[in-house]
Amino acid sequence: MSVIAAHYAYWITLALMVAGIYIVIARGNLLKKLIGLAVLQSSVYLLYIAPGKLIGGTAPIIAQGHSVYSNPLPHVLILTAIVVGVATLALGLALVVRIREAYGTIEEDEILAQDRAEE
Amino acid sequence: MIIYVLLTTMAVTVVALARLQNLFAAVVLFSVYSFLMATVLFALDAVDVAMTEAAVGAGVSTVLLLGALYLVGGMEAKPLARPLLPLVVSVAAGGVLAYGMQGLPAFSDPQAPMHTHVAPRYLEQAPKETGVPNVVTAVLASYRSFDTLGETLVVFTAGAGVIALLRRRRKRKGAGDAR
Amino acid sequence: MRDDLVLRVVAKLLIPFMLVFALYVQFHGDYGPGGGFQAGVIAAAAIVFYAITFGLAAAQRLVPERIVERLLAAGVLLYAGVGVAGLALGGNYLDYFVLAADPAHGQHRGIFWVEAGVGITVAAVMLKLFYMFVARGRDAGDA
Repeated sequence: MSVIAAHYAYWITLALMVAGIYIVIARGNLLKKLIGLAVLQSSVYLLYIAPGKLIGGTAPIIAQGHSVYSNPLPHVLILTAIVVGVATLALGLALVVRIREAYGTIEEDEILAQDRAEE
Repeated sequence: MIIYVLLTTMAVTVVALARLQNLFAAVVLFSVYSFLMATVLFALDAVDVAMTEAAVGAGVSTVLLLGALYLVGGMEAKPLARPLLPLVVSVAAGGVLAYGMQGLPAFSDPQAPMHTHVAPRYLEQAPKETGVPNVVTAVLASYRSFDTLGETLVVFTAGAGVIALLRRRRKRKGAGDAR
Repeated sequence: MRDDLVLRVVAKLLIPFMLVFALYVQFHGDYGPGGGFQAGVIAAAAIVFYAITFGLAAAQRLVPERIVERLLAAGVLLYAGVGVAGLALGGNYLDYFVLAADPAHGQHRGIFWVEAGVGITVAAVMLKLFYMFVARGRDAGDA
């Protein structure tokens, strides 16, 4: 039981990652796939930041009266990752809008059927 | 502790998100999930990251998803068969990741390698060398400023890409818009 | 939605505070949580709120598309320009300690301008993304 309690954050990160991968692979709707991708990226942020926390510490802003700070390096990396994630989400959504206008649908199997019918 | 409650709620939200067919409800649940993630990040003392995740994940991402949802329309088709193979693949990937996570140190261990290498040097030297108390800003803008330059370029490229994809010519919709 | 009285009053009360908060987050990123990314997103959110409440045409009169496109590039040029200034004053690319007489003060100055560049680009990109998605729907025949 103590193994689960000490690592609970890691188990939830794992569950979120598996859920994100499942949504991307198993759902045929392009918009749902993009949401699953965003969920997967969010779970990776948690994976990076959870090991950096020190119980009894505080945020990495140097102030009087505190001597233990959380590790600032994962925060820097994840700040970049969040902004890059929204940039890719925006481009993916623009592509979905164009696909909808070209094919009339955003279901993956209907799009493939239309492509095969054209050949 | 509050972190355990928040983490469990996030897992429940994502499972509900996977099963919903109404895409508008899925987008709203994604916004709820992002906001819970921002709260968990704040409980883990990552204040800069929590502010960015709340603003970007629960704010801008939701607005863009709603805008795209308005343009493409609202319901997901019912999946034809039980998706057994994707479930097996996802759980297998999760198993491999769980095996890899055995090597991670226990939660909040001050002797873990990540706390003893470069991080103490940044925490001690950053206010003296840069005069900025917020160590995250100092590392982001000064020690690792090439990464931030690349990231700004990525944001600019995403904007330019969306302009190229969604720009309108001076003619009505449906007049051969196959560029 | 411009006929809804509650939304109009609340928008007129909140939008100035949102813009001031964005400036606060930008310039106090050195002393508390904040910085360029958060400030840019909050500023773009204020203009998006204005566009949702009063209509896209009103928002585009307030912040025209050409200005947003030029700000997009100006932020990146400002960031790269700080690097070139480091080169011109005798150091390597993106060296901050040459920007002032005291090295720590030079670092502070460099961080200020770099975060300003990041904030400008992020705000312009988020606002431009909103404009593009909404404008695509408007041409499909609705107001």
